[in-house]
Amino acid sequence: MKRSDFSLSDSPAIDQVGVEERISRFTKRSIKKESKMTALKMALSMVDLTTLEAKDTPGKVKQLCTKAMHPHSIFPDIPSVAAVCVYPNLVRVAKTTLQGSKVKVAAVATAFPSGMSTRKVKLEETKWAVGEGADEIDMVISRGHFLAGEYGFVYDEIAAVKEACGNAHLKVILETGELSTLDNVRRASDLAMHAGADFIKTSTGKIQPAATLPVTLVMLEAIRDFYYETGKQIGMKPAVELQQLNLHFNIWSCCAKHSVTTG
Amino acid sequence: MAKKQTKKTAAIKFDTDWTYAPAPESKDHIRLEEKYDLFIDGKFTPPSSGKYFETINPANEKKLAMVSDANEKDVDKAVSSARNAYDKYWSKMPAKERGKYIYRIARIMQERARELAVIETMDGGKAIRESRDVDVPLAASHFFYYAGWADKVKYAVPGASARPLGVAGQIIPWNFPLLMAAWKIAPALAAGNTVVLKPAETTPLTALKLAEIIRDADLPPGVVNIITGAGATGAALVNHPDINKIAFTGSTDVGKIIQKAIAGTNKKYTLELGGKAANIIFEDAPIDQAVEGVINGIFFNQGHVCCAGSRLFIQESIAAKVIRKLKDRMETLIVGDPLDKNTDIGAINSRMQADKIKQYLKIGVNEGGEMYQSSCSLPTKGFWCKPTILQMFLNHRELYKKKFSDLFWPFRHSERLKK
Repeated sequence: MKRSDFSLSDSPAIDQVGVEERISRFTKRSIKKESKMTALKMALSMVDLTTLEAKDTPGKVKQLCTKAMHPHSIFPDIPSVAAVCVYPNLVRVAKTTLQGSKVKVAAVATAFPSGMSTRKVKLEETKWAVGEGADEIDMVISRGHFLAGEYGFVYDEIAAVKEACGNAHLKVILETGELSTLDNVRRASDLAMHAGADFIKTSTGKIQPAATLPVTLVMLEAIRDFYYETGKQIGMKPAVELQQLNLHFNIWSCCAKHSVTTG
Repeated sequence: MAKKQTKKTAAIKFDTDWTYAPAPESKDHIRLEEKYDLFIDGKFTPPSSGKYFETINPANEKKLAMVSDANEKDVDKAVSSARNAYDKYWSKMPAKERGKYIYRIARIMQERARELAVIETMDGGKAIRESRDVDVPLAASHFFYYAGWADKVKYAVPGASARPLGVAGQIIPWNFPLLMAAWKIAPALAAGNTVVLKPAETTPLTALKLAEIIRDADLPPGVVNIITGAGATGAALVNHPDINKIAFTGSTDVGKIIQKAIAGTNKKYTLELGGKAANIIFEDAPIDQAVEGVINGIFFNQGHVCCAGSRLFIQESIAAKVIRKLKDRMETLIVGDPLDKNTDIGAINSRMQADKIKQYLKIGVNEGGEMYQSSCSLPTKGFWCKPTILQMFLNHRELYKKKFSDLFWPFRHSERLKK
């Protein structure tokens, strides 16, 4: 969509109290037995197993890739995860290790996690990561510009990165922990989807709070509305720590009941 | 605002391969008698007629217990026991002591909250999620709250000194059986009155459980009397000469009858009658949350709420979008076994009520209303209604002219609004 055809004034307002009330309904659902098993397996098959530390080494990435392909050696019917997510300089290691498996390689780019760099550098990095073999690019939006109301800047940046991605999928990280309000989360979601995101993702994992249920719900509703408007189904990626199992379940039931693809 | 072309897209599919597994609340721990007598003068006493009637579970039409049918004689016994308790104990007791008894009721209610919630759901059809999280805790809260008022009410109004009226006759509806009993009994006791309460004939069980609690709380005999029966029992209570006050929550029609019956007497009254709320959505509203408000407004407690938001007015510019979102949301409502912890909408309270809803839906459709119901499947036994929207235009007034305001329905009537 052309930037001129898109207006943030079409984004509905979000009432935080209303969102929290809806969320409390989800958290009271009882998810057990087959529902629990199915949810666990489905969730696992959508996980991006991620290591984004300054101390990452080829060895650690190889180990992570093995885990991604075989989450559990005793239970072979446990599905492999969707992707392994690393910094661009480790893409090649991951790609080589994962060769022959269905697990994709995702790379963070665009001066992750802050996004504090020039567009030229961000596009270069994106192209380089794709050239190294990344199937997916996780970009971050320029939160400073977004919060300053420079929506056009953010839109153009996403569109440019999308172009630089070529055939690679683009995940747009909104970093909702820095967006202050749910109104902003909704606007950023609408903006990212119209600018070309294949997935919208809550957070980098470097900022607290990361994915929360209210944020996830607002993003899912944006995805649903976008689908009705354009026929295009955008993916949802809540970035949550694996240990927070209950949160996973709640997000899961929230997603399942909105019939939106999760990642 | 730039108008966007809305492309035709396939509707969202809701029959995903992931569903909630059944999660029924256990009913092993509840105690229900085969047969309930009348709670008069602190004891369970058989009805003088010897007549009992069935109370059933509206979700499967199975009998839960037999309940006494109180006649005029029983009403008279209950009223004189309340009068006696008022003269002998309750009016002589220091207010602080009254407060202690009311606290005690609240505490025991909390202790038996799970049992009360399950019985409320079985007898009335409402989802356990609601009886567990709303009805029972709120009912206990009311007793706690009014316990605190007992020794303060005297000083509440500057320049006036509040005093008890004497014996209160209280008649309550079936939509929030235990909560309504709490609303009525707790303030009456706190103010120093004694009580004869009649629960609705379709939902008497939690009131009878409350009678057990009141007995166990060791209230002086006759301070609270709970008698069961249908309209005739209520009429006998209203017309009893030794009643000082009638408190009624229920239909407008019955309210009018009560008002006529006590006109010219010294009886005081409170009537809380039918009324239906309207929701109005304008184009700048937070639409998804507005939709959620609409959903809660009408589908909470199967729409059996005197102020349920059963009418919806939408600004024309967003009408189609809001209706679509409502339909989507209705698809996700879980209708079925009220004891299942994931159920959103339980059973309609009684056959009579279910028939009435069907009848009004028919009227609406005959008048040109466009009806939409969610695709959920309903259990074969019991009384049910699918979540429904009836879209009409403003000139379809017949539905309102009928006894519309008294119908508790889980369907929503929506109109488009031109600004």
